[in-house]
Amino acid sequence: MSRLRALLSREVALAWGRGGGPLVAVGFYAGVATFLPLAIGPEPERLAAIAPGAAWVALALASLLSLERLFERDYEDGALDLLLLSPTPLELTCFVKCLGQWLATGAPLALAAPIAAIGLGADPSMAPLVFACALLGGIAFAFVGGIGAALSLGARRGGLLTAVIVLPLFVPPVIFGGGALDAFASGLTWTSGFALLGAYAAAAVAFGPIAMAAACRNALS
Amino acid sequence: MSWAPAFLSNPERFMAFSRWAAPMFGVIAVVLAVIGLWLGFTAPDDYQQGQTVRIMYIHVPAAWLSMFVYVCLAVASFLSLIFRHVLADCAAQAAAPLGAAFTFLALVTGALWGRPMWGAYWVWDARLTSVLVLFLLYLAYIALRASLDDEAKAARAAAILALVGAINLPIVKFSVDWWNTLHQGASVFRGDGPTLAPVFLWPLLIMGLAYMSAFGSLWLVRIRGEVWRRRAEAAAVRAARG
Repeated sequence: MSRLRALLSREVALAWGRGGGPLVAVGFYAGVATFLPLAIGPEPERLAAIAPGAAWVALALASLLSLERLFERDYEDGALDLLLLSPTPLELTCFVKCLGQWLATGAPLALAAPIAAIGLGADPSMAPLVFACALLGGIAFAFVGGIGAALSLGARRGGLLTAVIVLPLFVPPVIFGGGALDAFASGLTWTSGFALLGAYAAAAVAFGPIAMAAACRNALS
Repeated sequence: MSWAPAFLSNPERFMAFSRWAAPMFGVIAVVLAVIGLWLGFTAPDDYQQGQTVRIMYIHVPAAWLSMFVYVCLAVASFLSLIFRHVLADCAAQAAAPLGAAFTFLALVTGALWGRPMWGAYWVWDARLTSVLVLFLLYLAYIALRASLDDEAKAARAAAILALVGAINLPIVKFSVDWWNTLHQGASVFRGDGPTLAPVFLWPLLIMGLAYMSAFGSLWLVRIRGEVWRRRAEAAAVRAARG
């Protein structure tokens, strides 16, 4: 247990400290959110109609950005070999790494998401749901994204490859979260979309580490 | 069919089998396509769709194959991952571009059909979207394989991705259906479509079999090519060692 706690604090410290992980993700997120009105036009009613969905898509893109660092750095400096040798199962290590990723970038992004949505013209009453969706979706993005990051270990153009692999897998959480936000905005029941998003996140937490560990073992073999 | 992987897992037997099976399937495909297209083009116009209904004979079998090939890809990937069988990996590698091509054909012919029928090349309908995601998944598989230099590692990584995709695709299908019913209202689709009259159904089924045989033939040819390429590489390595 103490091993896992040490690993988690290491992951969070690395993601948080070196290279300004959350700052980069939030900065990218703010940049994309700023671009949307510039490209679509500043009319408030048009922006308000797309605000929750746009904030949600920008969030999915921003969570892609920091995935590259999840395994790549440890793979390059040999830390991943040591993690493989440790008595902790690699599946559990991958789980902790994704958890650290979520704490270091998913949670700051979730704090930024309602601000971006309101800035784009969403009703402030949506803020709690946007935050909750971003927090829950962040888990799905981290654990599914980790599969892509682990698979593209050792590849040329790894970062771009991770995005190409992960984007088709991000379709269900994007749909469920966007559906919940859209239903809330139009006064319908939003719980089904939110529950499905939670179900997807739970499945990603359960199955993602198995695929990640298999991919890491393959890359290190 | 469960005997097929076991019987064909021996490369020698596979090469002997595919030597005559590949051209045979090719001939069957051509004959069936000629019959199917002839029946399809002599069938009467649809009372609603007119001539454009004939796109169906190209489009619908391509859509069937786009899914069938992914099943083949996933099964081959599973066998290659579990048994580390080289031939299964060759089969997975050979199937991916074919699947992408069938999916692309389904998307393009669907767009050409959609324009006169719905007035738009593309509609964000549930089915169209899930086929598009399937296409992206094929591209991801091909891209992953292409960008890993070590062939054995690329094979296993791609197999893992194919299986992750196989788990994800039903969820994508469900989510996209859910999404589309959520956005109900502007649907231009007639519920479950027309129940096909036999005069349309027969050419469609024949074309489906033609596509299936064409895939079988191309798949075997591509696997053979892959086997030869690996043998050539192994021979080159042996020659270099002296």
